[in-house]
Amino acid sequence: MLRQNRQVYLGVDVGSVSTNVAVIDADTTEVVHKLYLRTQGQPIKTIQQGMVQLQAAGEWDIKGVGTTGSARQLAGVMLGSDVIKNEITAHAVAATHEIPSVRTILEIGGQDSKIMILQDGVVTDFAMNTVCAAGTGSFLDQQAARLNIPIAEFGDIALKSENPVRIAGRCTVFAESDMIHKQQLGHSLADILAGLCRAMVRNYINNIGKGKSIGGPVVFQGGVAANLGMRRAFSDALDLEIHVPEHFNVMGAIGAALLSREFIIRGNETKFLGFAVTDSTYTTVGLECQECSNHCEVVNILRDSEAIAVWGCRCGKFNLKREVTSHIAI
Amino acid sequence: MKLTVPHMGNSYIALEALLLEMGHEVVVPPASTKKTLNLGTKYSPESACLPLKINIGNFLEAIELGAEGIIMAGGSGPCRFGYYAQVQREILKDLGHEAEVIVLEPPNENFAQLRLQIQRLFALKGMRSFWRGLQLAWEKIQAVEELESVAHYTRPREIVTGNTSHLLANSLAQLRKASSVLDIRRTLQINRDAMLEMAINETKPLRIGIVGEIYTVLEPFVNLDLEERLGHLGVEVNRTVNLVEWIRDHLVLSSLRLYKNDHLRKLAHGYLRGFVGGHGLESVAHTVMLAQQKFDGVIHILPFTCMPEIVAQSVLRHVSADYHIPILSLVVDEHTGETGFQTRLEAFVDLIGQKTEASLNVEAK
Repeated sequence: MLRQNRQVYLGVDVGSVSTNVAVIDADTTEVVHKLYLRTQGQPIKTIQQGMVQLQAAGEWDIKGVGTTGSARQLAGVMLGSDVIKNEITAHAVAATHEIPSVRTILEIGGQDSKIMILQDGVVTDFAMNTVCAAGTGSFLDQQAARLNIPIAEFGDIALKSENPVRIAGRCTVFAESDMIHKQQLGHSLADILAGLCRAMVRNYINNIGKGKSIGGPVVFQGGVAANLGMRRAFSDALDLEIHVPEHFNVMGAIGAALLSREFIIRGNETKFLGFAVTDSTYTTVGLECQECSNHCEVVNILRDSEAIAVWGCRCGKFNLKREVTSHIAI
Repeated sequence: MKLTVPHMGNSYIALEALLLEMGHEVVVPPASTKKTLNLGTKYSPESACLPLKINIGNFLEAIELGAEGIIMAGGSGPCRFGYYAQVQREILKDLGHEAEVIVLEPPNENFAQLRLQIQRLFALKGMRSFWRGLQLAWEKIQAVEELESVAHYTRPREIVTGNTSHLLANSLAQLRKASSVLDIRRTLQINRDAMLEMAINETKPLRIGIVGEIYTVLEPFVNLDLEERLGHLGVEVNRTVNLVEWIRDHLVLSSLRLYKNDHLRKLAHGYLRGFVGGHGLESVAHTVMLAQQKFDGVIHILPFTCMPEIVAQSVLRHVSADYHIPILSLVVDEHTGETGFQTRLEAFVDLIGQKTEASLNVEAK
């Protein structure tokens, strides 16, 4: 029996906390499948797992692959991706695809948060958290665990609040002690959670959004956008309607898929290596080269026992032939 | 006395030549590495800016190699740098090192003291070798910066990634060995030609100007090889801060009371009235200049807690809005992560690329 496989593009976003996979239809760009996995510090294993799950989910004819996120290079060499793009650009591409007139993108992920300001579909300014992970998904996760509530219910509970308490939001360590203090005073869980959302939004607007003119339409995406309490805190603080895309938690992956589609449509051939990635064993070998004063931290990526990429080496001594990775650092 | 100097970009090539010519033994500290950073942060006050810490690292590594005297610049003004040499002397003393810190204050501060210090330095071979040393150093620093600017041109155009950096490193090593003015000029010419003859793409790269605090702009270990990264992303870099100009304006002309910052004040008019310490005024003025020259974007780099550049940073936002020029401020310290740094650079290059493309499309219509 011959059945036409669905023609799709694949986007993979390997971040610090989650690894997201999006499959988009080659013609309509509609999202036909998505995966949201926890990276748990093991990007290689997670990428392989994602591919196993993807293979089990349907019959795909993958026409191109894009990777993004902090492990974009690693995912790129493992999968043979056509486009390796930073997450800021990938997120902006996905958001403008959804709402072409978008002016502000708020993105809060596991360990980083970003803001992007756009004009006529082009990013004109962006910022990313620099010295501190305060106000990211990891902190909400931690606090939910401490209060013994599933993270999925966090937002719903916060929405019930009528009197959000004021919580110090500049630093998450102090936010936590302030929260404990408010608990001891007897404030309700809902008020504390809503207060926490407000503190995080205040922190975000003051640090990430500092000096930027935030105008509508506003798109809120990243894992934290699932939190209804955070959505409400943003719309209260900005006095603007907040759009949350249907696939808010895999927008980076969608952006990467869209970029690979554009790349292939422009007449390039895909370098996708197929689902073989699931059968191979990947290992990394790291060393600090002592040859010169640079003391490069060189990482060698091996598929089974064959070297497929080297990075971190500045002089090119370790580089594979025709591999242009000398400047890429992880 | 074996002398050493702190690293700041490739300035050691010129300083070494000067001191050697004056008859001293010179210990150039090993190029700054993670070890330097670790040593520096371990023994420096946490709240001091990154330059102080890297200096300390350089000094300790040089002492390990036998350095007995450290030459460090002084200064005055709102920037904390002017006091760093004194703090560093205390730190080294507390660590039990005997090395002497010789502080050279700017000539217009305390000329008598400077003369004393310098007299000690050229006591060995006298005035004539001092002048010859200065001449060699001046030729070398000019040659270094010319080669660097050739690299800024070829890097985004090179066909084999890394060729430019390779050639540049080789030419700098040759330049370091050159021992006469003629030799320096010949080395410069040969290497410049070799770099320009390298196979290059006939592309029109994006152009980004770099402004900011002089040490972070010049020292590749501290700015995580900013110029090289940008070049490899296909960007032609224009570094607005360089040593040749700095020496001419701030050491020579300023001590003859001939230096005026009128041209900078004119450029920064409406944004900043005058000197705010360090290179704050330069950062604003040069950004305006780059905008007027239709650069595609500006990168502003500063060490964490750098006061003059924080003033500039808040002003630059207005320059960006008025001239529609994208500006990215990068703050570096010992906690700077390479991944986040690279991500920002890539996103910034995408941003200006898309902007340029969009404006070309509008023009085409």
